[in-house]
Amino acid sequence: MKRSKLGPWLAIAIGAIYFLVPLIGTFEFSLRMRRGEYSFDAYRIVLADPQFQATFTYSTCLALATIVVGVLLVVPTAYWIQLRLPRLRPVVEFITLLPLVIPAIVLVFGYLRIYNSSSPLPMTSSDRATDVLLTFGYVTLALPYMYRAVDNGLRAIDVRTLTEAAESLGASWPTILFRVIFPNVRTAVLSGAFLTFAIVIGEFTMASLLDRPAFGPYLQLIGANRAYEPSALAIIAFIVTWGCMGLIQVFGSGARLASDTR
Amino acid sequence: MAFLEISDLRKSFGPLNVVQNFDLAVERGEFVSFLGPSGCGKTTTLRMVAGFEQPSAGAIRINGLEVTGLRPNQRNVGMVFQSYALFPNMTVAENVGFGLKVAKRPAAEIRARVEEMLELIKLPTLAGRYPYQLSGGQQQRVALARAIAIKPQVLLLDEPLSALDAKIRVSLREEIKTVQRELGITTIYVTHDQEEALSMSDRIVVMNEGRVEQIGTPFEVYNYPRTRFVASFVGTLNILRARVIDAARGQITIDDQAIVARRGIADAKPDEIRLVALRPEAVSLADPGGERNRMRGTIEDVSFLGSVMRIRVRFSDNAISLDTFNNPGLAPPQRGQEVTVGFAHEDVLVLEGAEAS
Repeated sequence: MKRSKLGPWLAIAIGAIYFLVPLIGTFEFSLRMRRGEYSFDAYRIVLADPQFQATFTYSTCLALATIVVGVLLVVPTAYWIQLRLPRLRPVVEFITLLPLVIPAIVLVFGYLRIYNSSSPLPMTSSDRATDVLLTFGYVTLALPYMYRAVDNGLRAIDVRTLTEAAESLGASWPTILFRVIFPNVRTAVLSGAFLTFAIVIGEFTMASLLDRPAFGPYLQLIGANRAYEPSALAIIAFIVTWGCMGLIQVFGSGARLASDTR
Repeated sequence: MAFLEISDLRKSFGPLNVVQNFDLAVERGEFVSFLGPSGCGKTTTLRMVAGFEQPSAGAIRINGLEVTGLRPNQRNVGMVFQSYALFPNMTVAENVGFGLKVAKRPAAEIRARVEEMLELIKLPTLAGRYPYQLSGGQQQRVALARAIAIKPQVLLLDEPLSALDAKIRVSLREEIKTVQRELGITTIYVTHDQEEALSMSDRIVVMNEGRVEQIGTPFEVYNYPRTRFVASFVGTLNILRARVIDAARGQITIDDQAIVARRGIADAKPDEIRLVALRPEAVSLADPGGERNRMRGTIEDVSFLGSVMRIRVRFSDNAISLDTFNNPGLAPPQRGQEVTVGFAHEDVLVLEGAEAS
C-alpha cells in the first residue's frame, strides 16, 4: 500500500516544483526592488503608472465587448444546433476549434490584408473601427472556450422540451431565448465569459499588430525596459487569471449543488 | 360539428409512414386517450395537434378554425410532458404564470390566476419553491397547472405519469381526471398503459403501427375488441385458433371441441380458421351446466397473484388463462390435473379477418 502511494505523490511533487518554483521565484524577485529588504515598491510603481491603468482599462472594456458579442453569437448558434440541426454539430465544433489550430499571427495578417485602409472595408483606418475589428478577433480567439462552455450548459438541460413547453404557452422565439434558455445556461455562459476575459487580458499578438494600446503590448514594453516591474506585472496578471478561474469554480459548483439536491 | 376535428392526418419521415389516415372527432369537454405500444404514432399525432410536427397531409380544426398551418404559440393549446419540462430558473408561481406573462396580462390578474391554479392542484404553499425542490409528482401537478392556466382550448398530455412511481401514478391519475372534469376541458391523453386509458377516458383510440385499430368507449374496447391487436393489447386476452363449422349459427371448433360463439360470424366460410378471443375472467373452472360452452383440458400452470389465482389450461394446440378468486379454504388445483372449463356463449368473440390454416 505504501509503495503504491509513493508514485502519485512523487508525480504531484514534481509537478508542483515545475509550476511553483518559477512562480515563487518571480514573486520573490518582484519584491526585491529596494536593496537589501523586501518591499512592494515594484507593485506600487506599476499600479501608479497611468499607462498601466489606461491599458488595463482598455483591455477590460474590450474583454467585456468581446464577451457580449461572443455570448450573443454563440448561445443562439449552439441552441439552434442542439434543437434543429444536430447533424451540423460536428461541423460547427470543427469551426470553433480552428482558432486553436490557426495561430493568432496568421489571423491578424489575414485581417490586415482584407481590412487595410485601401480595401473596400477599411476597418484599420480609424481607432474605433480597429477596436471593433480587434473585438471580433478576440471573439474568434475565445470561440473554442465559449462554445464548449455554452454547449455543455445546453446539454445539461432538456432544450427541446423546455422550448416546446414555452412555445405551447404562447412564447415567441426572443422570449424563449431570453427568458427560458439564457437564464438556464447562465453558469455556463459565465464560465465562458471568465475564460474569455482571461484570454483577452493577456493577448499580445493581435493588439500589438493592430497597434492598439492593450494590456498585452504594455506587458511586453515594460518587460523589455524594466527589471523588477515586469515580475510584478506577471504576478498581477496571474492573480487576474486565477480570480477568473476561481469565479468559474464558484459558479460551476453552485450549479452543481443546485442539481445535486434534485 | 365536433370541437376538435382531425381529418385524414398523415405523417411520414422519408419513406417511413408514422401516422396514416388518422380521423377523429372529439366533442367539447371530452377526454380521449391515444393508447398503443411505443412507436405506434400516438405521440406524433399529439405533437401534430400541438403544432410541434407538421403533418404530411390532412387537417386539424379546433372549434371550427383550421390550425394545421399555425405555429404552436398561436394555437392556444396546453401541453404536459412526460419529463415535466418546468423552467428550472423559475419558481412554481412564475412557472404557472409564464403563459399569462407572455400574453402580457396585468400582474394582478396573473397573481389571482396562479393562486387559483395552485389551489386547484392542492399545492398553494409551494408557490415560492423551485422545481428542483419538488418531488416528481408535485412537479407534474405544477406542469398541469401551468398548462391550464392559459385556459387552453385543448389540453394535451404526453404520457404524463410514465416517469412516476406506481402509487403516485394512481393518485395523480384521479387528480388529473378530477381537474379535467371540473374545468370541462377537451383533453387528449397519450399513454401506453391500458389501465390508465381504461380508467380515465371517455373514449379510447387504440393505435398500432401508425393506424387506428379501434375507437370506442373503454367498455367497448375492452369487451368487444375488433382486431387481434386490440384484443391482445387491452387486457390479457386469450387468443385461440378456431375452425368455423357453421358461420350463421356461430358454431366453431377449438382443438376439435365444439363451441358456440356469441353471434353469427360475418363473412366466414366453413372450415376457415379464425381467431377467437376469450377474457380470463369470463372462464370458470367449474362445469357450468346449462346453455354454456365447456372444454376439457389439463392444468399446465398455476400462478398465485394474491387476490386472484391465474390458471393455465391446455387443450392440445391451444391454451387459455383463467382467473379465479383466491379462496383460503380451498386447496389450489394441481398441475397435470384434468379439468373442465366453462364459459358463456356471449364471451366467445370471433375476431375479424381469416387466418392462414
